[in-house]
Amino acid sequence: MSALTQSTPAAARSDAAPEKELRPPSYWPFVVPALVVVLAIIIFPWVFTIWMSLNEWKVGSPTSFVGFSNYLRLTSDPRFIEAIGHTLVYTALSVLLPLVLGTFAAVVFHQNFAGRGFLRGVFIMPMMATPVAIALVWTMMFHPQLGILNYLLSLVGIPAQLWVFHPATVIPSLVLVETWQWTPLVMLIVLGGLAAIPTEPYESAQIDGANLWQVFRFITLPLIMPFLFIAGMIRMIDAVKSFDIIFAITQGGPGSASETINIYLYSVAFTYYDLGYGSAIAVVFFLLIVLLAAVMLYARQRMLWTEIASGA
Amino acid sequence: MVNHKISRRTLLTGTAAAGALSLTGLPARAELNWKKYAGTKLEVILAKGPRGDNLQKNIKEFTELTGIQVESEQIPEQQQRQKVVIEFTSGRPSFDVVHLSYHVQKRQFEKAGWLADMTPFMKDPTLTAPDLVESDFSAAGLQYAKNDKGQMLSLPWSVDYFILYYNKELFQKKGVAVPKTLDEMVAAAEKLTDPKEGTYGFVGRGLRNANMALWGNFFVDYGGEFLDAKGNILTDGPEAVEATKLYQTLLTKSAPPGVAGFNWMESMASFTQGRSAMWIDGVGWAPPLEDPAASRVVGKVGYTVVPAGPKGQYSATYGDGIGIAAASKNKEAAYLLCQWVVSKKQGARLLQAGGGVPFRNSILNDPEIQSGVKMPKEWLQSVIDSAKISKLGLPVVIPVAEFRDIVGAALTATLSGADPAAELKKANDQYRPILERSEKT
Repeated sequence: MSALTQSTPAAARSDAAPEKELRPPSYWPFVVPALVVVLAIIIFPWVFTIWMSLNEWKVGSPTSFVGFSNYLRLTSDPRFIEAIGHTLVYTALSVLLPLVLGTFAAVVFHQNFAGRGFLRGVFIMPMMATPVAIALVWTMMFHPQLGILNYLLSLVGIPAQLWVFHPATVIPSLVLVETWQWTPLVMLIVLGGLAAIPTEPYESAQIDGANLWQVFRFITLPLIMPFLFIAGMIRMIDAVKSFDIIFAITQGGPGSASETINIYLYSVAFTYYDLGYGSAIAVVFFLLIVLLAAVMLYARQRMLWTEIASGA
Repeated sequence: MVNHKISRRTLLTGTAAAGALSLTGLPARAELNWKKYAGTKLEVILAKGPRGDNLQKNIKEFTELTGIQVESEQIPEQQQRQKVVIEFTSGRPSFDVVHLSYHVQKRQFEKAGWLADMTPFMKDPTLTAPDLVESDFSAAGLQYAKNDKGQMLSLPWSVDYFILYYNKELFQKKGVAVPKTLDEMVAAAEKLTDPKEGTYGFVGRGLRNANMALWGNFFVDYGGEFLDAKGNILTDGPEAVEATKLYQTLLTKSAPPGVAGFNWMESMASFTQGRSAMWIDGVGWAPPLEDPAASRVVGKVGYTVVPAGPKGQYSATYGDGIGIAAASKNKEAAYLLCQWVVSKKQGARLLQAGGGVPFRNSILNDPEIQSGVKMPKEWLQSVIDSAKISKLGLPVVIPVAEFRDIVGAALTATLSGADPAAELKKANDQYRPILERSEKT
């Protein structure tokens, strides 16, 4: 097949060879602007970051080439290793919770009931708020002595919590904010998926006497799976690189209990001005994201095949 | 017509007379000429806060005085520090005059050679008012402004002494006396703590990095020194361990829950709501504490110096200054602005509003200026007393931020029960190579 497609233009070219002027114009010039932009704002910064990571590069001091010593430093940097763990926990939780809650919300909002449009609008409002602004509001709500969350807990007899002010609860508390803000996004995506499902399977399930859970588990869930994957992918990318909420609420604290790779990277590059080491972290971070995305894509690909296989 | 031509004879007699005059010791006619650089335009970069406000509010007076136009911008502190460093590194900063935090940036700026030397300007009577002399600045100010060679690289602007704020009402209720020593303070804090009522004896910074400012005060009171003669870091010695134990006891036994995540803002919130009886932090928080719109403890706040430790009584000192970019083309005009910024009039305004404390003794000790201070008299007294026991609260090194983060994280860890000695040792092991790496280049 490929040999065939290749041979055709080659033959055409040899035919056209005598009349050079009539050759179709090259499209290369049209690619150049895009190529320049991509080179300038994607490729060049990347190559430069890798170059910086191979240097001892501190603001205010001369730079010197040090090879891979910045990367070696990473392996014995306890803060960095801890930060990887925090990033993974934070990401896992802030992908899973919005997915579960968002799917549930979508199923609810897919039903017909009075005031549905209005309530849908209300539900997606958190998504519209500026992360830093809501982070500041949540900081106040989390305050152990003066915050409203502990007051609400006290109404139902639950003792006061420390929320973001204790190393053990800080990440779940931050995930709470993240979930509150991004569950609506998952809901919107899943709602789109639900709208695309035909009604026939539901009708036949009704005839067969399936209960609500069975309908959801065996009809709805498999049919919206591709949408969930998309939502999960978007959430994962957002969660891995999450910065604003963590930075505004805890700055990685207490201690370094909520310091993700991104927060640590920021400190190294822009507070310690150690650009070489910061670049090394950025490179490793990038590889980690590529790896996670590859895993997600692989899982999606596999799922599609099994789906087709089971369908056939 | 009167002949205005000067004959040779009159000129000669005139010169002779002038020479004779100068011999008699009458002042020579070299006076500060504020208007000399009229028409120049200056760019100023400021950290957001009362100092920046005070400059911007009154800058018209400077323009009237000198004919120099000033463009200034205020940026939140953290971002301002970054922006300044990035611009300096570029070699062509967009500003002539820069507002710097000494306790964070002094060594970095000196080593990189980013600031212009002001020493020759200060010696030049046509550029410097007679009342601006080095000896007028407090010792801490000079320590901050001068480099190893004794050059003035900036003018000390505003100093931040750590003081003890206390809630008089809570003290009375529990019959507790104002503590004079750190040990007394621990005991008082325990007595004042009443979790059932939601009130606690002490509040202060627990948040990593920020907590170093508070801890530094305890550390120096225990006789601690940050660096030895060779520049090695000493924050895992016995003084540091004792200071950390005190810090741990205060913040775990007598402080509100969640204090490990508190910066000055959360601490202030707790104190202004009357939930904490004592708070140690910088002098600059009196205005919000005495503001009826923001505080429930107006008129009930006592101000005093930080209690004495076993090896001395100090007030941890931090501060900011104003300097000229070495790359600026308008250094003389910029110098006039710096001089005006630390002038008696501007300093008085700052002090009287409680927005900062000038480094200049002539301002702080002027009875007329003192009488115009809008804050309580006790506050002013605590400032004056703190000035006498001032000591720098952080090591003067380049990687200050790393120091604050690493040792600060160790301190925060002690608040969840970790052992002070082990944590400090671990932090020091982590910090030492960073310090060595920064000093060797």
